[in-house]
Amino acid sequence: MTPVETNGKNRIGLTVADYKGAKSTLCPGCGHDAITGSIIQAAFEAGLEPHRVAKLSGIGCSSKTPAYFISRSHGFNAVHGRMPSVATGVSVANRGLTLLGVSGDGDTASIGLGQFLHMVRRNVPLLYIVENNGVYGLTKGQFSATADVGSKAKSGRVNELMPIDVCTLAIELGCGFVARSFSGDPKQLRPILKAAMSHRGTAVVDVISPCVTFNNHEGSTKSYLNVKEHDAPLHDITFIPSYENIEVDYAPGESREVTLHDGSRITLKKLGQDYDPGDALQALETIHHGRREDKFVTGLLYVDPEKEPFENDLKLVEAPLATLPLERVRPSREVLAEVMAGLMTGSA
Amino acid sequence: MTATTNDFSIHVATVNGSGSQTANTTLLRAIFQMGVPVSGKNLFPSNIAGLPTWFTIRVSEEGYLARTRRNDVLVAMNPETSLEDIAAMGPGSILILSEGVPVPAIPADRTVYKIPFNKLVEPLVQDAKLRKLVVNMVYVGVVCHILGLDAQEVDRALTGQLGKKPKALDMNRAAVNAGAEYAVQNLKPAPFGVERRNKTAGKILIEGNQAGALGALFGGVTFLSWYPITPSSSLAESLQMYLERYRRDPQTKEATFAIIQAEDEIAAIGMVLGASWTGARAMTTTSGPGLSLMTEFTGFAYYAEIPAVIWDIQRVGPSTGLPTRTSQADLLSTVFMSHGDTKHIVLLPATVEDCFTFGTRAFDLAERFQTPVFVLSDLDIGMNTWMSDPFQYPEKAWDRGKVLDAAALAKMPKFERYRDVDGDGIPYRTLPGTDHPLAGYFTRGSGHDERAFYTENPETYKRMLDRLAKKYETARAEVPPPWIERVPGAKIGVLGFGSSHWGIVEARDRLAEDGLLTHYLLLKAIPFSPEVRSFIEACDKVYVVEQNRDAQMASLLKMEYPELATKLRSILHYDGLPIDAQSILDQVAEREGVLAR
Repeated sequence: MTPVETNGKNRIGLTVADYKGAKSTLCPGCGHDAITGSIIQAAFEAGLEPHRVAKLSGIGCSSKTPAYFISRSHGFNAVHGRMPSVATGVSVANRGLTLLGVSGDGDTASIGLGQFLHMVRRNVPLLYIVENNGVYGLTKGQFSATADVGSKAKSGRVNELMPIDVCTLAIELGCGFVARSFSGDPKQLRPILKAAMSHRGTAVVDVISPCVTFNNHEGSTKSYLNVKEHDAPLHDITFIPSYENIEVDYAPGESREVTLHDGSRITLKKLGQDYDPGDALQALETIHHGRREDKFVTGLLYVDPEKEPFENDLKLVEAPLATLPLERVRPSREVLAEVMAGLMTGSA
Repeated sequence: MTATTNDFSIHVATVNGSGSQTANTTLLRAIFQMGVPVSGKNLFPSNIAGLPTWFTIRVSEEGYLARTRRNDVLVAMNPETSLEDIAAMGPGSILILSEGVPVPAIPADRTVYKIPFNKLVEPLVQDAKLRKLVVNMVYVGVVCHILGLDAQEVDRALTGQLGKKPKALDMNRAAVNAGAEYAVQNLKPAPFGVERRNKTAGKILIEGNQAGALGALFGGVTFLSWYPITPSSSLAESLQMYLERYRRDPQTKEATFAIIQAEDEIAAIGMVLGASWTGARAMTTTSGPGLSLMTEFTGFAYYAEIPAVIWDIQRVGPSTGLPTRTSQADLLSTVFMSHGDTKHIVLLPATVEDCFTFGTRAFDLAERFQTPVFVLSDLDIGMNTWMSDPFQYPEKAWDRGKVLDAAALAKMPKFERYRDVDGDGIPYRTLPGTDHPLAGYFTRGSGHDERAFYTENPETYKRMLDRLAKKYETARAEVPPPWIERVPGAKIGVLGFGSSHWGIVEARDRLAEDGLLTHYLLLKAIPFSPEVRSFIEACDKVYVVEQNRDAQMASLLKMEYPELATKLRSILHYDGLPIDAQSILDQVAEREGVLAR
């Protein structure tokens, strides 16, 4: 089921081409390009207004990709590991924008781990995609902090350090939307991305995205073949936007449904054991079990649609801060006089 | 009036965390209300409670507000430091000693008052903890009598601070009265005194950080992110206080501002860049170590051309050591902050009034020039109490710079983010959310062409660098110009900036009394305006006064005007204390062969 009109236009009259960007300069076959394709398709199907989208990234192969989608939107390719802080400023300055952030495993789990965690803790509204390949590409093949124990680098070195799991960290800090997917599974990734775009807080989507140049050999746990063989999806995911009135028919007990704050729905069809994405403890347990069994558990790991986004905490006026006119932000002459009088008498 | 009427300084030695601030402010305000100019300087350790702290009140009928080395009246409340404190007092001084503090043999030409502070406060306050705080008010009463302060003004000053807390007011008032009564019965007035004048009418007392916060408030700030660091935190906290009071709707409680206490200074500046890229008036405030952390983002903002207002309340050096002492030593690292070819606009407030004006102006400049603008204040201006004329309401509307909205874009065949359309080096920008197909562009660091497309083309990169340099040249004429005083007959000049101003003013007066006339240039901003060159050219030599070891401002001037380098002489002060007139006077007098008094 796709929410696309038959004439190739989406609900705001744009075509897929309107969501494309510059030509990718990444290696042919790069998992990141597949994710870019899914972002384009998801944004098109969700009918995002390009001028209301801000694309953000840090530094690395993944962080180049915002140039490759929705070229009509503003983009901000920040410094290494610091996109979350920039995103926080953008989001607070204009709450009417939809933020699409793209980062990598080096950008998020090493240099940017602190900012990533604080962004999650604040619940800054944005879709934060980690294009996770376990390796530094631009600097040619060093391990990243998400490399699995026992994974072998192209150089032959074996990683002995515990991987940092961005999903369990996000769940631990109360992130309201945490998912893991695989760049080679657009059928799963697209509905996750669309649902994440509808979520009103931070949505962390960790996408295993094999590096075809530096981490696609035998012995690497994040090679395309190994991920494909060990991908363990929790459920089949369908996303139904708020403006569509579609019922998905599953037999009782076969599926679960999650309603997001904007009225859109996520339907999860059971594939094995029953999985409740509203249960953080079960999520952590499932991820840990999966790791023990060398499996990549993918799907919607955890969701809490009611978690309050950061802007609610700030109690901002309705109009974006960035658009407030002078008369709303410069207090009157009388206010200055009042303050000065207080400073004269010491009763300020 | 004796020679020491309205011209002396009071030194109060206490323990930090003992609540002496209310007492000291009461004294300061009472003298101010008697029409006599005062300044208050707090010398405090990097500690919450238990370490020595000193508060100096300078009383100066002539209006000199700089630190003075003179110690005329000591109030020694701290047994830990009393021996040192007393030893520092010269002939003719007055010592008010808490009974029980260790006292050395004191020469007969000092006047000593021993006060049973604890005994006086005991019957007034039951709670022992509270007593330790209230005891300070007893010395207010004692000083009031000895120096001949108007008791009504003391009471007014106290009420101004505690008027909203009647219980605390009563208790503190009782302590003041106990001190005053004891003094009336037992102590003779000192050879120093305050007599009523009319030199503070209409003036305000304020700290620089509070003034900077007010400037930001009236500049229309909408976004502040910051990380706590002494001595800049009080700027953020003052701003928070004013924003909560004046920019939150009383009915709906909705705010026209956002304040975020970031996880570190890197995040603080990152949030500022995100917010101002989106169109908010965004600022941060920090001190040296925090500024270092902002370095990478600052260089990025210079190249990507994103506005930002960054306050640096300078302190001494890194990490632990002297974080609560003042300096002007962040100058060079700020002007050239970051990797690659960078040079920044830096504003140099010398007064609390400058802090207010630049608090607003920094936003206009940052948005006009689409670049980080630094306001380089310091601990002395920022955290000490200064007398000033009241601040003037900004008469001009704000300058949001070259921003194209959808209507403007509709009239244009194309939009190129980094094209120098007007020949001033300043391109046009659009904000996210602008509803026009031409509006979007991709922001990145150094490697972009006029259309903001990625390129590593050598000619394009050089063209971009040259345009940024041209933009800096345009700024030269728009930053606040220096303040210049030309004195007929003078041959030498004095050049200073920031808090050094106050020591210079006083030193120049005293040099003039000794027959050495000087011109004066007070720098207010970098890049230098053309007047700076002509000022140096017109002098035989110029003394550059600054509070750092390596003559950082003199170095900048020599870089800018190599042909004038031989005219520049440095007067340096870098012991962590605010510069005083005597330090300047001694160094100039020695080199000019005049006798310094």
